Amino acid sequence: MTERYSGARTLLKALEHEGVEVIFGIPGGASMPIYDPLVDESSIRHVLCRHEQGAGHAAEGYAWATGKPGVCMATSGPGGTNLVTPIADAKMDSVPIVAITGQVPTPVVGNDAFQEADITGITMPITKHNFLVKDPDDIVETVREAFHIATTGRPGPVLIDLPKDVLINETTWRWPDRVKMPGYKPTTKGNQRQIVEAVKMILAAERPVLYVGGGVIKADASKELHDLATTGQLPVVTTLMARGAFPDSHDLCFGMPGMHGNYTAVTAMQKADLLVALGARFDDRVTGKLAAFAPHAKIVHVDIDPAEIGKNRAADVPIVGDCRDVIGKMAAEIATRQEERGVPNRDAWLGQLREWRERYPYRYDQQSGGPLKPQYAVERLRALADDDTILVAGVGQHQMYASQHWRFEKPRQWINSGGLGTMGFAVPAAMGAKVGRPDARVVAIDGDGCFQMTAQELATSTTENIPFVTAILNNGYLGMVRQWQELFFDQRYSGVYLDPDVPDYVKLAEAYGAVGLKVESADEVDAAIEKAYSITDRSVVIDFRVDPSEGVFPMVPAGASNDDIILGPESVQPTSDPAEAPIA
Amino acid sequence: MSSHDKLHTISVLVENKPGVLTRVAGLFSARGFNIDSLAVGTTEAPDTSRMTIVVNVETKTLEQVTKQLNKLINVIKILEHEPGSAVERELMLVKVRSDGEARQRIMEIASVFRVNVVDVTHNTLTLEATGKPEKLEALLELLEDFGIVELSRTGRIALSRGDRGIKERVLRPARAAGAEG
Repeated sequence: MTERYSGARTLLKALEHEGVEVIFGIPGGASMPIYDPLVDESSIRHVLCRHEQGAGHAAEGYAWATGKPGVCMATSGPGGTNLVTPIADAKMDSVPIVAITGQVPTPVVGNDAFQEADITGITMPITKHNFLVKDPDDIVETVREAFHIATTGRPGPVLIDLPKDVLINETTWRWPDRVKMPGYKPTTKGNQRQIVEAVKMILAAERPVLYVGGGVIKADASKELHDLATTGQLPVVTTLMARGAFPDSHDLCFGMPGMHGNYTAVTAMQKADLLVALGARFDDRVTGKLAAFAPHAKIVHVDIDPAEIGKNRAADVPIVGDCRDVIGKMAAEIATRQEERGVPNRDAWLGQLREWRERYPYRYDQQSGGPLKPQYAVERLRALADDDTILVAGVGQHQMYASQHWRFEKPRQWINSGGLGTMGFAVPAAMGAKVGRPDARVVAIDGDGCFQMTAQELATSTTENIPFVTAILNNGYLGMVRQWQELFFDQRYSGVYLDPDVPDYVKLAEAYGAVGLKVESADEVDAAIEKAYSITDRSVVIDFRVDPSEGVFPMVPAGASNDDIILGPESVQPTSDPAEAPIA
Repeated sequence: MSSHDKLHTISVLVENKPGVLTRVAGLFSARGFNIDSLAVGTTEAPDTSRMTIVVNVETKTLEQVTKQLNKLINVIKILEHEPGSAVERELMLVKVRSDGEARQRIMEIASVFRVNVVDVTHNTLTLEATGKPEKLEALLELLEDFGIVELSRTGRIALSRGDRGIKERVLRPARAAGAEG
């Protein structure tokens, strides 16, 4: 029997077949046909957001937390353009999301119709792929291909643009049993010869480091990584994108490398004679000045995206493949070889790393009675949370404090905007994470600048009953820009003061139906956190009034060598010559 | 390294779908790769098109060009032509000023280069030239002395020598046998 449905209902049925449980979206003229079958003909939950950017970041948060593709939906024109930022964010951080947009009817496409924007053209460079569907008969194939592309290989965002008439007209329902894409065949299995080459290098190395990136989390390869590190007695550093891929409490974990990484992780890479990059891309925030990065190290580079290998740093042993497959095979190969020859003695190297870890921890000084330090707030938020808590951050100082001072023990417990550096990410992403993992506590650590960009999603949180805690580290400034102006622009503060009292965050939280709490000193911190964590039926916003003069350290100034890491504010050499100031 | 050493010819087999040319061209501009010429046309299979792109990049960058192109979903196959390993051709139409005595000299040049005169006016000659890029460059250099009114070039197209096609399947013997000079 042939079943015929409208394009809209066909779309929803196809999404159900892909396992979609929830869509974050906002309707509009062109996408309205999709909303009608949502009333009673679909099992999919629609979470009505307050801004399409919020819907997009919520889909990202859902995908980060669950590993499943997140889905967001907007109408044509401004609806679609408001999705541009989260789509670009998902591209940079390889987050599998599918964005669905309504489009003006096909007869008027290209006619400058009301609410028309060429969203496939606009998003071409920021999607992994996108589609403009011109015939309802093509909807099911497009949905299948979109989800296949978004979730396989190097994951990423895919957009499907659907003109209104395509949604209204009928088509015959059928579910294609496979996708046909002659140009898309990601390599997932690592080449065994290359893996053996890499293992030989690891066994011969005196100062190896496993440089672990977000690909390990995307590939769900934490167990394999643990095997590799412990079997080979190999020190691990986890990038901002990989926090939680390896437990922070493990003796072989030496922290986070990069611009605001800890001394040990940064210096371990500088002194290493072998870097084994696993799902990492030698990003400039990690390498600092590329020519001076890890100057003594040979490179094994494992990545599912061949274009990342050799892009920034030449690889001595390139391995294209899925991290789980490759790391698992590396661990097995090392185990076999060590059975014959024993584990190489790395006491000197590991001893050195442990000594640095002891001597150069992240540090800050919370004076009793002094101004509240943001790092203290983060530490207490962690200390009072259980290990299943999911932490979300926006972008800036608070993000770095969160990554530095939270102790991550498991993958998919840390969600942030890494590559694109999207302010306003935290609140909607936390909401999406909570939808995906309703049993876990979700905490967003946010800045006051970031919070104001997407705070309206607290309304969504209340009306849709998606409770989470937002801890604003409120210093009244765009803090990271302020820090750079302090260090590199002779303390000439410009365009960075926000005013910690505007808005009144407690009243704002209450206006949105959330609970608002304010913390002004260190001795109030624990009580507020305990209260916030005890509330599970509503969202909570804690306004931590933190010291605006606090800065994020260690720091490798942009463009500087990682050898020139600055441990604290006392070691900063103020530069009077603006030409010497680091840029970006 | 002269700029000529940086010119690489690549053939890109793509799905014949709307927007593919935009995706390819957009990738080049977004990543800052310079295109020297780009020619697109249909192939022996109706669902695929073939692009011949001449890129102006260092060899190290060329690897990024091909890797990034490979990431486009609609790109099926990429072939980098080593110098001398491919037959490369281009078609050019050039309108040259040809007053008085110039006309005869241009006709002589046209004859030496075996190019056709396709339009004649009192003051101009339009030549149709096809051949290797080097030949067209040499011809243009000679014609410049007379004054070039306008010029249009198709951009380079290329097929690798030998009996294999871009998809690495052997072509039909009748076509493969056609030796090319």
